[in-house]
Amino acid sequence: MKTIIHTENLSLTYGLKTPFEKKAVDDLNIDIYEGEFLGIIGHTGSGKSSLVQMLNGLIKPTQGKIFLNGKDIHADKKKLREVRFKVGMVFQYPEYQLFEETVYKDIAFGPINKGITGTELDSCIRDAARFTGLNEILFDKSPFELSGGEKRRAAISGIIAMTPDVLILDEPTAGLDPQGRDRLLRQINTYHKAKSNTIVLVSHSMEDIARYADRILVMNKGRCEMLGTAKEVFSQGEKLSEMGLRVPQITSIVQKLRANGIELPADILTVEQAYFEISKLLDKRGYIQ
Amino acid sequence: MRDITFGQYIPSDSVIHRLDPRVKLVLLFAYIISTFCTFNFYALSVPLVFAVLCIFLSKIPFRQYMKSMKAVFAVILITSVLNLFYGHGEVIFEWVFIKITRSALNNSAFIVVRILCLIISSAVLTFTTTPTDLTDAIERLMKPLKVFHINVHSIAMMMTIALRFVPTLLEETDKIMMAQKARGADLESGGVLQRVKALIPILIPLFVSAIQRAMDLAMAMECRCYNGGKGRTRMKVLSIHSRDIMGIVVFIFSLTLLIIFDIFIAHTVR
Ligand SMILES: Nc1ncnc2c1ncn2[C@@H]1O[C@H](COP(=O)(O)OP(=O)(O)OP(=O)(O)O)[C@@H](O)[C@H]1O
Ligand SMILES: [Mg+2]
Repeated sequence: MKTIIHTENLSLTYGLKTPFEKKAVDDLNIDIYEGEFLGIIGHTGSGKSSLVQMLNGLIKPTQGKIFLNGKDIHADKKKLREVRFKVGMVFQYPEYQLFEETVYKDIAFGPINKGITGTELDSCIRDAARFTGLNEILFDKSPFELSGGEKRRAAISGIIAMTPDVLILDEPTAGLDPQGRDRLLRQINTYHKAKSNTIVLVSHSMEDIARYADRILVMNKGRCEMLGTAKEVFSQGEKLSEMGLRVPQITSIVQKLRANGIELPADILTVEQAYFEISKLLDKRGYIQ
Repeated sequence: MRDITFGQYIPSDSVIHRLDPRVKLVLLFAYIISTFCTFNFYALSVPLVFAVLCIFLSKIPFRQYMKSMKAVFAVILITSVLNLFYGHGEVIFEWVFIKITRSALNNSAFIVVRILCLIISSAVLTFTTTPTDLTDAIERLMKPLKVFHINVHSIAMMMTIALRFVPTLLEETDKIMMAQKARGADLESGGVLQRVKALIPILIPLFVSAIQRAMDLAMAMECRCYNGGKGRTRMKVLSIHSRDIMGIVVFIFSLTLLIIFDIFIAHTVR
């Protein structure tokens, strides 16, 4: 698999040489592959946001290097802006970045900065809105008149419209209702499948991560504690709970069932999987006619 | 954005920190006025020594004072350079059309020391006094203005709130700048007009959130039955201790010294 982002001894210390010194990211060496869906989990304050903000050059690491397609992103200061077009970043609570008169113009801000014009610009905007499920009726409204969820979608569209190769989302569903959350994540996944580009998703929801991520990075106190497939990571339930994390609810239920002698596979991560396996089992035992 | 030190409280446990904020405020005013009433280097040395004493007593690293001086470095430089060219009498340096006289040199040095004294003394006040204590002191000191139907409490409350939100707004600005940079906003290059235009994506979200915050705060205050200062009591009642008296005595002593120097030693600088 081709590596798109590679980090080398990446470290970040806030407030260097002050009494408030705080090491947020500590000697991180990871590879992000092209076209994968990478999930990042970690206890609050474990350095997830700090890490992803370094990946597109918004924060300069205090030590170490970041390579995008094999090139050190801080090698040439003038190229840094290009890096940001290639690595799109959706912040936690992105709706505060809205500023234009209309939603349409606001989504256009990023692509125009990138230099996209004319019909291509229009199609970028409409595509982005479709992927996030933002209704085109809202295009002429002021972004400040939208509901919270709509604002969120508009803000995310503004990043997707820049057609980045890597899309980073820092807790994109924080503060949304359960239905809105599911829908947004589904749409992001559809976008990922359609464009087959790289997605990095930071989330506190084990269920969401288990459902969508190909690989999971577990962060603890600024360090990379685990990096592997969902099955590999969630099979280490005890290690996770030591870090203040847990396995998805359904996985722990299945594990308890297994402990009581019910023969289910160990690597069930989603409710659908569990439903499928349990009905198969019930079928085998003859409970279902 | 975040390393603005001027006007920032730095916690520590020193005599100056524990002084009554009213005393500190009044002394600062008196100090500033007295610094402007010095007419020779002997007299000026008094406030300088006083300032250095305060630096030591405040237990705040000298580095912090240096930082706040750096902020006004340009002002000091320009005034001192300009002053070098005004003066009569003995010429000590001459090159093409530039003539520098001894009195001009004296004058220039005098002004620099004066400005340094002012900066250090105000830094001592802001470094050692929390913003709430400071506004509290201002409210108490302005109390007599009630005679003229000025709502002293509201003014003090506004100041407290404004000071309280400075760091919050700075943090917010940082966040918005990052978000817009992630969308390719170019804040560093271009001409003046372009740079001003580039600020729009930052200022609008900042105003929106500031107004939102203000409304939330107003709501929260109303929910806790805030209705101005009427009948309000305080958790921390300011009171004068012996150390405050000591501070005042030391200041009056140095003031006397200053006046003596002013009167009995000829003016070296005018
Ligand atoms: N701008 C900053 N200045 C100083 N310290 C910071 C700053 N931003 C974050 N930190 C500190 O760095 C550490 C990591 O913060 P970070 O925001 O990366 O955590 P996180 O994993 O994203 O947490 P959360 O899940 O709560 O979003 C925290 O201890 C935090 O206090
Ligand atoms: Mg975070």
